[in-house]
Amino acid sequence: MNRFSYARPNDLAEAVQVATAESRFIAGGTNLIDLIKYNVERPARLIDITRVPGLDRIEPAPGGGLRIGALVTNSTVAYDDRVTASYPLLASAILAGASPQLRNAATTGGNLLQRTRCYYFYDSGTACNKREPGSGCPAIGGLNRIHAILGTSEDCIATHPSDMCVALAALAATVHVTGPIGDRVIPFADFHRLPGDRPDRDTTLEKGEIVTAVELPPEDFSAHYTYLKLRDRLSYAFALVSVAAALDLDGDTIRTARIALGGVAHKPWRIPAAEDFLSGQPATAESFARAADTLLSGAQGFGHNTFKIGLARQAIVRALQQAAAGTPQSQIDKRIR
Amino acid sequence: MSTTIETHVGSPRRRVDGRLKVTGAARYAGEVAAPGLLHGYVVSGTIAKGRITGIDTAAAEAVPGVLKIFTHANRPNVPAGDADYQDMVAPPGQPFRPLFNDRILYSGQPVALVVAKDFAAARHAASLVNVRVEAEPHATDLDRLRDSAYVPPEKREGIAPPPEPRGKADDALAASPTRVQNEYRIASEHHNPMEPHASTVIWEGGGKITVYDKIQGVKNSRDYITAVFGLPPDDVRVISRFVGGAFGIGLRPQYQLFLAVMAALDLERSVRVELTREQMFTFGYRPGTINSVAVGANPDGKLQAIRHEAIQGTSRFEDYQEVVVNWSGLLYHCDNIALNYRIAKLDTYTPADMRAPGAPLGVFAIESAIDELSYALKTDPLELRLNNYADTDENEGKPFTSRELRAACRQGADHFGWSKRQPEPRSMHDGRELVGWGMATGIWEAMMMPHSARATLTAEGKLEVACATADIGTGTYTILTQIAADSLGLRMEDVTTRLGDTMLPEAPVEGGSWTAASAGSAVYLACEKLRQTLFQLARGMDASLLGNASFEHVQFRDGRIELRTDPSETVSIAEVLRTAALDRIEEHETAAPNAETKEKFSQYTHSAVFAEVRVDEQLGVVRVTRIVDAVAAGKIINPKTARSQIIGGVVFGLGMALHEESMLDHTLGRFMNRNLAEYHVPANADVPEIDVIFVDEHDDKANPLGVKGLGEIGIVGTAAAIANAIFHATGRRIRSLPITIDRLMN
Ligand SMILES: Cc1cc2nc3c(=O)[nH]c(=O)nc-3n(C[C@H](O)[C@H](O)[C@H](O)COP(=O)(O)OP(=O)(O)OC[C@H]3O[C@@H](n4cnc5c(N)ncnc54)[C@H](O)[C@@H]3O)c2cc1C
Ligand code: SF4
Repeated sequence: MNRFSYARPNDLAEAVQVATAESRFIAGGTNLIDLIKYNVERPARLIDITRVPGLDRIEPAPGGGLRIGALVTNSTVAYDDRVTASYPLLASAILAGASPQLRNAATTGGNLLQRTRCYYFYDSGTACNKREPGSGCPAIGGLNRIHAILGTSEDCIATHPSDMCVALAALAATVHVTGPIGDRVIPFADFHRLPGDRPDRDTTLEKGEIVTAVELPPEDFSAHYTYLKLRDRLSYAFALVSVAAALDLDGDTIRTARIALGGVAHKPWRIPAAEDFLSGQPATAESFARAADTLLSGAQGFGHNTFKIGLARQAIVRALQQAAAGTPQSQIDKRIR
Repeated sequence: MSTTIETHVGSPRRRVDGRLKVTGAARYAGEVAAPGLLHGYVVSGTIAKGRITGIDTAAAEAVPGVLKIFTHANRPNVPAGDADYQDMVAPPGQPFRPLFNDRILYSGQPVALVVAKDFAAARHAASLVNVRVEAEPHATDLDRLRDSAYVPPEKREGIAPPPEPRGKADDALAASPTRVQNEYRIASEHHNPMEPHASTVIWEGGGKITVYDKIQGVKNSRDYITAVFGLPPDDVRVISRFVGGAFGIGLRPQYQLFLAVMAALDLERSVRVELTREQMFTFGYRPGTINSVAVGANPDGKLQAIRHEAIQGTSRFEDYQEVVVNWSGLLYHCDNIALNYRIAKLDTYTPADMRAPGAPLGVFAIESAIDELSYALKTDPLELRLNNYADTDENEGKPFTSRELRAACRQGADHFGWSKRQPEPRSMHDGRELVGWGMATGIWEAMMMPHSARATLTAEGKLEVACATADIGTGTYTILTQIAADSLGLRMEDVTTRLGDTMLPEAPVEGGSWTAASAGSAVYLACEKLRQTLFQLARGMDASLLGNASFEHVQFRDGRIELRTDPSETVSIAEVLRTAALDRIEEHETAAPNAETKEKFSQYTHSAVFAEVRVDEQLGVVRVTRIVDAVAAGKIINPKTARSQIIGGVVFGLGMALHEESMLDHTLGRFMNRNLAEYHVPANADVPEIDVIFVDEHDDKANPLGVKGLGEIGIVGTAAAIANAIFHATGRRIRSLPITIDRLMN
């Protein structure tokens, strides 16, 4: 851990103004502090945004839907009445992640920007293109059980570890940011990046930009949804594979489908073609399997993680079955429906 | 008329140190304060093998508050000889010598210690130390090195090598109509106690130091320090009052102790060195194991042959050994047995004893093979075991001091409802989930070690018992208090137990499940001596009511000595001391195992574990939904803490079965999942209801108390029982632990 200075801006403008290339915003600190301890992040300055007013509210969005401030904690979102009524998929995904203690501290903005769990990324004693561009990727050919099978590059095969973001992707949320170049609204699908040749960049956020809110569109899928997470123990582990599924049904026929995968790529994995294919199809295991094929087309394993391809296929089908049947996975009962 | 006294021993009692622990009043090695305390932060190496070509410390030294940076190049003089670095638990070989020279022997090796006025400065400076290295080829993959495995030329003390072969295993196997032959593997594990290793060295002036160390035996640290640093024993006091879990990794002095003492002596200041969670992965671990097992039986289910060979890794510098295969010769009656144990050198640190070292690994293999045999024979796995029950220790040709394993099997089965099991795999369902029931037996040594204790009674009627052993969370403080309170008929509140200090009567390291038997017996004997002394004093009192009584005629109750036949004939202990004009009576005693019994008998603890799992086959998800563990462990001193020990052991076994794995990147020769987010132990959701049954077992030979120890038996059969249940559920035999989703899906 290096020495750093500490700033606590009183409003957004000040937060943006004091930010530099060497500074980091800190919210709940549940990820950033660990990274600093591991010497992965060496900020010259920590900008504590937890006192910035106006970011800690959940409120109706102007065009319908819901706006969740960047500082609202994961727990608050998961137990908010409006969220549990209209966006139970989001609540469920959040409750599938971390532990109650962590969710109490973790914020919406921080969850979006949490970094990969790749072992090598955390170990400053090894090479890693994400941590030190150009140094190499020991996960390819190394321990890659938890790594990506989709959208990988020859420079990085890391995954984005969030559960919440998988639901936000399925719900087609938008990310509201402000910064040196002003306010921007970024569609969720464009917020996280694939690694390409710049694995050091997780998102499309520009330097000094700060997330102010996440906005959920009115379409809520509260009748037919599920968040199915498969992991190395029944609770408190990152996803090997997770599926956020949301359906709008007309009897047994699918009107609209949304599917996002977690644990398989550098960003929540959504393939519009798979969703388009499902609309108009009967809600059957056969249709779901075909959607899975589309979602997973091009999937590539690296040895230890090759099992994820088959696992993801099964998980997609099961999740869509759960959603169609209106029997979403409970995050309390560890029995899988 | 005689009165029965309700005893503390045998009754559930709360932990006497529980309040101290939950309120934070119990201070651990890294929490002790001292004026002017300096903080050391360890710089860990990153390559597995090679040479340090240079260490740049300039930037680190420039950090305000940094006092000194120790490396191999500037460290104070220490002896070169291996003998000085030995400790009570060291395997044969050359112990690791921190900062000794420029050689890198394993990844994560400490290469420098930054000492600063505050922890933050030390940590920051440590990140600025630049270590230049020249790497050499290394090898850490046991699979690739298995052909280089050898029978350890020098036996590790206290570790029985495999017994000589009996009969002709190969021939008998070839002639057996039913055979099972397979390889069974277990991943490397790290102990991961909650409390990371730490040493706080208090500089007392004049060359004297008091060391608060995370250690399972203060004598081990003290002897190590005096030998390595050439200090007289009187100048070194080591204290370890509370240990926040250890599971064996606190048996040997670890490098933070060396570094803290070195810095304190050099700087003549108090120094603390505390390791990070990540650094907890830079020394001992449970070695990954490859077992090859073959068993053969006749159609009547009688075992004809057992062959069990195990290979484990060790370091380049020490020949670590544990008992992996011997259990196969102890659990079953079989005339043809060949057991073999070999180790292979890896470029890692030396493995370390971890809860029931060796046993769950070998037992997973043999108990899986026996389970496989039961299906091949189409017989019930439990009945197959009972059909081949060993009534004596056939490894050594001795009777057991006691062995209620059969009762454990029966009682466990009854409690579990085993008779309702459908024999066919994949025959039990609950909705989408497959249900499986499996069982396995467990075995662990019931050892006793020479052990001293002191008992001191004050005029106020307060009793203090003391010995140097450690309570690593097992409940030693509590059971010693119970034993002592019963002896003198006192309330537990009137008894204080002191542990973990080299100023106290000598004890071996706390391990091997021998502490209850050893420390318990020593305390019992010291209190017994105190009773005798008190009785003699009481008899000698003027007009003593007990004047004509003999020792057998009296009992101690409520702070008084009374005639058994007439409790009104009584005198208070306080009065006895007052009359004798004594403000205290102190007695010492040493308990030792009876050599003759040891020669004639074998002493083991046993268990029968029954597990229920539910498996979602399509998604590879296993839920353990029920475990019954029936344990035969002699007398149970405290059913409450005893139950906790077994539950803890079972959870350990569950972790071994499904979760725990220290992942080595063989290209880097480095363990990579060095944190508790990626090194998985069972979470609450993974742990089902665990029913613990203590089977009545009377043992009048093992030790004066008839106890056998409980710290380890809980883990032993658990992983095998769960793996067997998964087979019963799915028809898939997974012979590699942990059984993770990917292994179940493939
Ligand atoms: C043991 C463990 C287990 C976990 N398990 C799971 C799990 O199963 N599933 C899961 O989804 N997550 C899991 N997490 C991760 C957890 O969800 C994240 O750590 C948390 O969401 C981060 O939020 P925070 O507010 O603490 O972020 P911080 O740690 O404060 O910040 C994280 C990053 O976000 C940046 N940042 C924060 N707020 C903003 C903002 N408003 N604008 C711009 N940048 C910002 C920071 O600069 C930093 O780079 C786990 C974490 C731990 C430690
Ligand atoms: S996968 Fe990405 S994060 Fe992991 S080592 Fe490779 S480059 Fe680094």
